[in-house]
Amino acid sequence: MKKIEAYIRHDAFEPIRTELLEKGFPSLSIAEVKGSGRQKGVVEQYRGSSLTVNVRPKLKIECVVEDKDKSIVVETILRHARTGDVGDGKIFVIPVEQAIRIRTGEEGEEVLQAHSGAELPA
Amino acid sequence: MRRRYLGVAVALVAVALLALPGVAFGQDLALDRIKDLKGSIGEAADAVNTTWVIVAAVLVMFMQAGFLLLEVGFSRMKNVGAGVAKIFVNFSIASLCYWAVGFALAFGGAGELWGDSGFFLDVGSTAAEAGEQFPFVGLYGIDPAAFLFFQFAFCAVSVEIVWGTSLERIKCSAYVIYAIVFSAVIYPVISHWIFGGGWLQVNIGMQDFAGSTVVHLLGATGAFAALLLLGPRRGKYASDGKPRAIPGHSMPLVGLGVLILWLGWFGFNPGSTLGIFGDAAAGIGNRFAEVVLVTNLAAAAGVIAAVATMYGLRRTIDIGMAGNGAIAGLVAITAPSGYIEYWAAPIIGAIGGIIVVCGVLAIEKLLDDPVGALSAHGLAGIWGTLSAGIFTSPRFAEFNAVGEGGLWYTGSFDQLGAQALGVAVTFAAVFVVSYAVFALIKATIGLRVSPEEEDAGLDISEHGMYGYPEQFISPEEYPGGTPAAPAHAPATVSAIGAKRPSEA
Repeated sequence: MKKIEAYIRHDAFEPIRTELLEKGFPSLSIAEVKGSGRQKGVVEQYRGSSLTVNVRPKLKIECVVEDKDKSIVVETILRHARTGDVGDGKIFVIPVEQAIRIRTGEEGEEVLQAHSGAELPA
Repeated sequence: MRRRYLGVAVALVAVALLALPGVAFGQDLALDRIKDLKGSIGEAADAVNTTWVIVAAVLVMFMQAGFLLLEVGFSRMKNVGAGVAKIFVNFSIASLCYWAVGFALAFGGAGELWGDSGFFLDVGSTAAEAGEQFPFVGLYGIDPAAFLFFQFAFCAVSVEIVWGTSLERIKCSAYVIYAIVFSAVIYPVISHWIFGGGWLQVNIGMQDFAGSTVVHLLGATGAFAALLLLGPRRGKYASDGKPRAIPGHSMPLVGLGVLILWLGWFGFNPGSTLGIFGDAAAGIGNRFAEVVLVTNLAAAAGVIAAVATMYGLRRTIDIGMAGNGAIAGLVAITAPSGYIEYWAAPIIGAIGGIIVVCGVLAIEKLLDDPVGALSAHGLAGIWGTLSAGIFTSPRFAEFNAVGEGGLWYTGSFDQLGAQALGVAVTFAAVFVVSYAVFALIKATIGLRVSPEEEDAGLDISEHGMYGYPEQFISPEEYPGGTPAAPAHAPATVSAIGAKRPSEA
């Protein structure tokens, strides 16, 4: 199992989410994060004084998949998050030891992504 | 003074008579009525003037809302509630102090330095009775209560200006004490000098129609004294001494505040006519309407000049500075508004707009004035007062019976000199007294909250609650605050539509 952790621009999220869902990866989490990198901060001008905001808002996507699905997810993120400008973000792939579904206590790769229709409440 | 609106009053009464059902009852009765009404023409005119003064006073009172929103908008979210409490407390203190003491010092008698009668407005209820103790009430024929309320509303504006420089770090108790001294003594005495028949008005002939000096410079001078003893907000100046922006949390609130002040100013300046009648025989129209227009022209010119100046200097169209431009234009036009022709108004307002931008940029380097009160009310107030010495039209100087025409018309520096003297004396007197009061507060109960309290914000440290609680209390701890959907919410279409990767 691999966790894919990607730091992206906000506007890249919706196309990534849509495509991952189509490909059978509905389960993911996002978090609003702030960070710095090669992209410069924003300078705010306010009543004649300035304020440099060095960390910029980004979106973090976390998504855990089976090893074999890793490249599908990574490619999807790359395709939609890349604009070619500084500030597109980064992707990290991290090994995951265990996965447990809280509702049922099931363990293993079963719980990662797909849901059969029967498992869902109507 | 009464005579000049006699003609207008007769017309009013004629119209009123047409509407009276009693006229139809018989000619004798009608004649009697006309006789009675002619006897009360003066009263009718006085009642109309009193109505206008109350309407104007209510507009000026509404400026409290403008100051509230302006100051709150320029504050950070952790200090917004403190601004609300401050307005309520200060306005109420001034209400009581001005009625008990202030009004008597300001208008009770024609002493050169202060008035000495009519405390608690114990003067009888008609203008004629009250006129013995309040010469202005007798002169203008306005009910004493209306005149007091109008003048009090000005005092309340002035005291709010004081706190513009002190946002986000002053102790609540400090302004309670200063507000008492200010509204009972400082403001009334100075306003007596310039409005109430005191030495600057009568002996020097200083022209300040609605208070560029009395209200605005006076408030800003108190603000200056407070600021010198308070010091800047934490983090305002970097270790190398460079000022850093501490952005206020809401420009829409600032904008709404400025617009409310702008609207309130139509009570502030035009209300200072203290009546609605001009002098048709002397070719002078109804001044209150003309002063409305003059006031609006100056505010508009102030905005445009401030925006243009800021763009020229920094290449940004600064939102807050546009608002400051409006305030500066309005402050500048306050003194000359009753003395000038239309053409001078945009010039005075525009120079006010330029002054406020340059003032904020210069003062920012040394002093932390979060809303720009020193520039918008202080520097623009000085300019406005001096501008009367340049642009006052001789016909209005004569009509108002204060001073003479300005430099532009007469080529004489006399009026400008009188204005400058008034500014200098007011600044010196208010500064000395205010600095002493603030120094005393600082030495006893303290002027400023602790650094920890300042970091936490005045809302929670001084008032025990947040102005925007959901900004500071996480949803998990906020009762009923978790924004999650219920556990058994209907499944979304997208989730059902998902397929196993193996099926894809």
